[in-house]
Amino acid sequence: MKKILITFLAALSISFNCFAGTDGELNLTKNKNGDVKECFESLNRGIFAFNQALDQIIIEPAAKGYRLLPSPIRTGTSNALNNISLVVTIPNNLLQGDLVLAGKNSARFLVNTTIGVLGVFDPASKMGLNDYDKEDWGQTLAKWGVGEGCYLILPVLGPSTLRDASASLVNYSGGNAWYNITVDEDTRYFSDFDFYASRGLTGIDFRAKNIESFNNLEKNSIDFYASVKSLYLQDRKKRILNTDDIIETMDDSDWDEIETN
Amino acid sequence: MLSKFISLITIIFILSPINISFSQTPENFIKDVTTKASEILKKNIDKSQKSEELIELAKQSVDIKGIGRYTLGKHKKSITNDQLIEYEILFNQYFLKSFSSRLSEYSDPKINVLNQKYLNDKYTMVSSILVGDDKRPEIKIEWRVYTKDPDKLLIRDLIIEGLSLARTQREEFNSVIQGADGNINILFDNLRNFNNS
Repeated sequence: MKKILITFLAALSISFNCFAGTDGELNLTKNKNGDVKECFESLNRGIFAFNQALDQIIIEPAAKGYRLLPSPIRTGTSNALNNISLVVTIPNNLLQGDLVLAGKNSARFLVNTTIGVLGVFDPASKMGLNDYDKEDWGQTLAKWGVGEGCYLILPVLGPSTLRDASASLVNYSGGNAWYNITVDEDTRYFSDFDFYASRGLTGIDFRAKNIESFNNLEKNSIDFYASVKSLYLQDRKKRILNTDDIIETMDDSDWDEIETN
Repeated sequence: MLSKFISLITIIFILSPINISFSQTPENFIKDVTTKASEILKKNIDKSQKSEELIELAKQSVDIKGIGRYTLGKHKKSITNDQLIEYEILFNQYFLKSFSSRLSEYSDPKINVLNQKYLNDKYTMVSSILVGDDKRPEIKIEWRVYTKDPDKLLIRDLIIEGLSLARTQREEFNSVIQGADGNINILFDNLRNFNNS
């Protein structure tokens, strides 16, 4: 517990330091993605190119292979991975003060882990526990008012921000029960491999669901790096606000100026 | 009785333009556009013919000029009229090429239009679902319909799973211009290269 707290505070401090130059303006709702600083653009673009090469050589072929698996196997895998992610979502629901959702997600985790055979099946959704949105430590910091800081591209892992990347360190300091029982603690039932395999599979599952969209975006972009950045930051904002209502995340003022008729 | 009938006919006649102008709600407009797009994509014709038909559909139903201006963002205030004209020509070509390229990847998309949400006098959002299949998950698509002229509804943005394509495009163009120290001609060069590729 002490380790989690120290890491979380360290992440908080890194994020606040990084935001020292922004006069404390932490507009969470309607700020534009352009407000996220590009502190390391050259480095980011370099890592982005590396990730693209990695994607071309390993990830996309793996995603295409994964897609050949029968649909029930892919659905089961996706369900199990979602179930594992609940061990991070639930504490973050609590930290964000969302006690009802924390309760629902705990029930969901219990039902799917037991009746759903380690999360492969999703009986909880059929019981009405279906409003599941992933939460992470970065989203909690955002809810507490911490800004994104600089935009980052992480090797292999892809787009992030200084806030989210530093907050994710909490996962490796006791804040992720799945990491704790696979890598951190020597248990009889799980090994390091299980953790890293689940991380890898999460990436491949996501890529498999988006093969056409990604390739299409790349083909039709004049600056693919900027397109990915924009989409990532829009998506992050939507997740932090926990809303499907696009109106809250859109700034209509720029549209209002456009008169062509 | 006859006078009542004549009055009724007169009222209907007077009100008819209003009725006509509201005959196509934004929801029906999107249903119409998606049905037409789906019919084109299902046709047994080659890809280039499909692209041509999709381009025609886009010209009738999308406010390309409006999207172009939105996409230029803050830079539209700092460019000359000649540059704006040049930009609009390049953007029009760019938009139609990327639009047809994106859509022609789908062979038989099934889009269920769900409902509409009035935002203000100028905009209504129409919600729809692109039905998932064995390869792709279900996708939520929202259409920003420009309703200022009720007789000519136009699409101004597509919001896919909460992510705005127009905003993405604007941030992409802004990145190109900023990367060239504010020189908009570099964006023009990039658009020209894309259009000629």
